[in-house]
Amino acid sequence: MSVKKFLYVNRKAPYGTVYALESLEVVLIGAAFEQDVSLLFADDGVYQLTKGHDTKDLEMKNFSPAFSALGDYDVNKIFVEKESLEERGLTLEDLQHLTWEDEDEDWAEKDSIRLVSRAEVGELMETQDVILSF
Amino acid sequence: MILHTVNKSPFEKNSLESCLQHAQKGSAVLLIEDGVFGATKGTKISDRVSEAMSNDITVYALEGDLKARGVADKVMDGVKLVDYAGFVDLSVDQDKVQAWL
Repeated sequence: MSVKKFLYVNRKAPYGTVYALESLEVVLIGAAFEQDVSLLFADDGVYQLTKGHDTKDLEMKNFSPAFSALGDYDVNKIFVEKESLEERGLTLEDLQHLTWEDEDEDWAEKDSIRLVSRAEVGELMETQDVILSF
Repeated sequence: MILHTVNKSPFEKNSLESCLQHAQKGSAVLLIEDGVFGATKGTKISDRVSEAMSNDITVYALEGDLKARGVADKVMDGVKLVDYAGFVDLSVDQDKVQAWL
């Protein structure tokens, strides 16, 4: 099976709708097929990555800890759109610190999140074979 | 007076804007679910919410929804936080509820 470039586009806030959880489940299933996977968080999707989710009052599952496991599944290209953060009064500091270990560099820990501009996101989309939208 | 509820993100739908344009002075607006992003500071719509508050509209936000989304520490000054019991109290205190879906 040839390796294709997959981009998962996440534009919805978590918990209010089921999109965010569904996306994460598809990403984790897809990770088993050893494809070239990238994740994009833009618009309200950036809220999926905020730190310290506490869903106790809602009696819903807090799925945000699963993002920190993505590195172990070789999902380490996580793009966050800069303008989306700014419009929401957020910075990278408000997001989880997601990392992965590079086996080619003696398992050095590296950041998974890459801050990109809206223009760069447009270009990123053009480089993909498959785009899945959530 | 009317209790207005907004459950959609202000960055995705115009529910909050529509609500604020219709709400009369002295009324209450309660932000719930994805609507709670309207209660956070430093956003592209936070000035609009401040303006409504200075026009004698009381803005409430459901604390559980803020906490779930990791933005409980970003609530703008003047917004009052309520829990589910507070939501019930607001519904009972006002004579009608209008939900901006």
